[in-house]
Amino acid sequence: MNRSAIVVEDLGKSYRLGQRNTGSTSFREAVQGMFRSRARNASVPGRQVEKFWALKGISLDIKPGEVVGVVGRNGAGKSTLLKILSRITEPTEGRVRVRGRLASLLEVGTGFHIELTGRENIYLNGSILGMRKAEIDRKFDEIVAFAEVEKFLDTQVKYYSSGMYVRLAFAVAAHLETQILVVDEVLAVGDMAFQKKCLGRIEEVTKEGRTVLFVSHHMPAVQGLCTRCVYLEHGKLKLDGDPTTVLSAYAREASEKLNAEENLENHPGRQSDSKPVMTWVRVTNRSPHAAGILMGDDIQVEVKFRTPEPMNGVTFWVFVKNNMGTPVFGVDTDINAPVPTWETIEKGRVVCLIDRLPLMPGSYTLDLYFGSRNMNIDVIHDACRFDVDGADVFGTGKIPHPTSGNVFWPATWEILKEDD
Amino acid sequence: MSLTDDLQVAPADAGSPKLPMTRSSILESEPGEKIMSDEMIEPGEILIQPLSGWIAINWRELFDFRELLFFLAQRDVKIRYKQTALGVAWAVLQPLLTMIIFSIIFGRFVGLPSQDVPYPLFVFAGLIPWLFFSNGVTAAASSLLNQQHLLTKIYFPRLFVPTASIGAFLVDMMISLVLYAFLLLAYGAVPGWRIIFLPFLILATVTATMGLGLTLAALTVKYRDVRYTVPFLMQILMYISPVIYPITIVPDRYRWIAELNPMCGLIDAYRSVILGTPWNPMAIFLGTIVNLAMLVFGVFYFRKTERLFADIA
Repeated sequence: MNRSAIVVEDLGKSYRLGQRNTGSTSFREAVQGMFRSRARNASVPGRQVEKFWALKGISLDIKPGEVVGVVGRNGAGKSTLLKILSRITEPTEGRVRVRGRLASLLEVGTGFHIELTGRENIYLNGSILGMRKAEIDRKFDEIVAFAEVEKFLDTQVKYYSSGMYVRLAFAVAAHLETQILVVDEVLAVGDMAFQKKCLGRIEEVTKEGRTVLFVSHHMPAVQGLCTRCVYLEHGKLKLDGDPTTVLSAYAREASEKLNAEENLENHPGRQSDSKPVMTWVRVTNRSPHAAGILMGDDIQVEVKFRTPEPMNGVTFWVFVKNNMGTPVFGVDTDINAPVPTWETIEKGRVVCLIDRLPLMPGSYTLDLYFGSRNMNIDVIHDACRFDVDGADVFGTGKIPHPTSGNVFWPATWEILKEDD
Repeated sequence: MSLTDDLQVAPADAGSPKLPMTRSSILESEPGEKIMSDEMIEPGEILIQPLSGWIAINWRELFDFRELLFFLAQRDVKIRYKQTALGVAWAVLQPLLTMIIFSIIFGRFVGLPSQDVPYPLFVFAGLIPWLFFSNGVTAAASSLLNQQHLLTKIYFPRLFVPTASIGAFLVDMMISLVLYAFLLLAYGAVPGWRIIFLPFLILATVTATMGLGLTLAALTVKYRDVRYTVPFLMQILMYISPVIYPITIVPDRYRWIAELNPMCGLIDAYRSVILGTPWNPMAIFLGTIVNLAMLVFGVFYFRKTERLFADIA
């Protein structure tokens, strides 16, 4: 019999309203509360404390070796589920049976202290993650090689660049040897090259036959790595099945309520560790009299932003995704740097001009990344949605068949006769 | 289910060999083993479910994570010495300067009695356990709040957080003892045979600090304002403990009340074993009982509140 690795039975987690925001009470309030509640409850019998259910009725059966992607908007309960599995927070109802050693990575560099050296932090972080000293000794060289910090091992981490810090933190976590791994949006850190390395390592882990539970907004990663996908919405299990089906349903739901112009201030697609810097986005046709966007039109993407403090350099990445959530193409300020017209900036508007949009007719959403110096600051998935309609781009009255993909491109043809 | 844990092993009479909850082996049950009911879990499984009431100590887990306790304490020591301007010197200066000031004010000006022993030696003997207790409890009380971040991102035995911060002060205590040895040499005082009891006294000091430290640590997470009362509490405790005066100045009738304070008998015992001042068995006896009671309460209260830490931190 194939014993399950993780069995979640009717799991629920509730918070008393107000508890999460205000944290604990003061002793004085607690004492006053004791007197007050008696009086209050006497006059209003059956008064219930308002609860917020972060998770309710979740049941899952995960077999060893499965790679499960967990998707959902912000506040859907993904992080709460991972926290319960990691034993950081306790369920309110239901239970979980875990068979096998479980390690969780809810962030990189947990426990790192800036005053300690790289070497000292490797041991501290490894120990916190559950590794024995002997294990860390054994893997030490591999960890250092993965992080590429050989020369800086005995320097205090406070002198590391943010990139080095993140590489070292991930390197330690990447060498955990547990049967079950629970990972939460760890890919959000670092620059693109590093994210690729992280994904590569996670892929290796899945090939080793270990069970992985994986929360990410990076749809291609979830699609590529996962054998199964779970979609949470408002704390409940909405879908559980193969990645393609679940992800397209997710992408569809995500874009349904979106327009070409969106206020980004409380956007549900904002990644949980982002700072709310981007405030507004709009996709429009640059031609002033156009009614919509057609294939081959010149468009612009505008994003307004406001940073908490003046910055002297900002970067933007925009990814255009199709109705399945798969990225079609991306543009960014690293490749085509804008001409600098200011020294520091706090409030501004980004204008991204895209000529001759090569998209086939359909519905597309945008992922927006705002950052500075190789680190992401604000990331919003499915920020807005725009539709592209058919147009006579080739002058022949015909356009490619809908199954040709998301992009069209011109080609010229010759058919030459050959003699025997 | 009272006194249950979130970790259950198969009951001893289940007929299967009791596989230990090892963290480094692949977990397999015996082939053919049947699960008898939903409630029984096999060896090697962890059950995560809502707990209530008093919660048992998970000794296995503490043992598995034992290295972490050392790493955390080591980290606290390293950070303290890298971040403060005085660095290691603080471990020497705190007891030394305190002793000097107390000797001048309380020894000379006020003229407090010191049981036929030079006042500086008398007060230093009291400062060794007292400074450990005071620094330890203060650090433990705010340890959870200071490391909130850690508590919301990873699981490890929470008991280690305040315990490690207390443990870090053992280094200071060792330095004070060395300093004291020099002081004794300077005065030409030689400790008697009773010095062999010193390790037990040190152990008792650690447990007393843990008892109060763990309780305050748990209270501080639940009720934020408690952390501000700790310095005040420590000041009061210092005056009601015989740090600067001998226990003998408390009138006989009320002495037993003073002796309920575990630090009372303990400080007196330090003096007794090092300097040879009169032995006070009643104080030690009462103090030890309260000490152990506080330790047990502290640990269990901490465990009870522990599961809320990530939610309200």
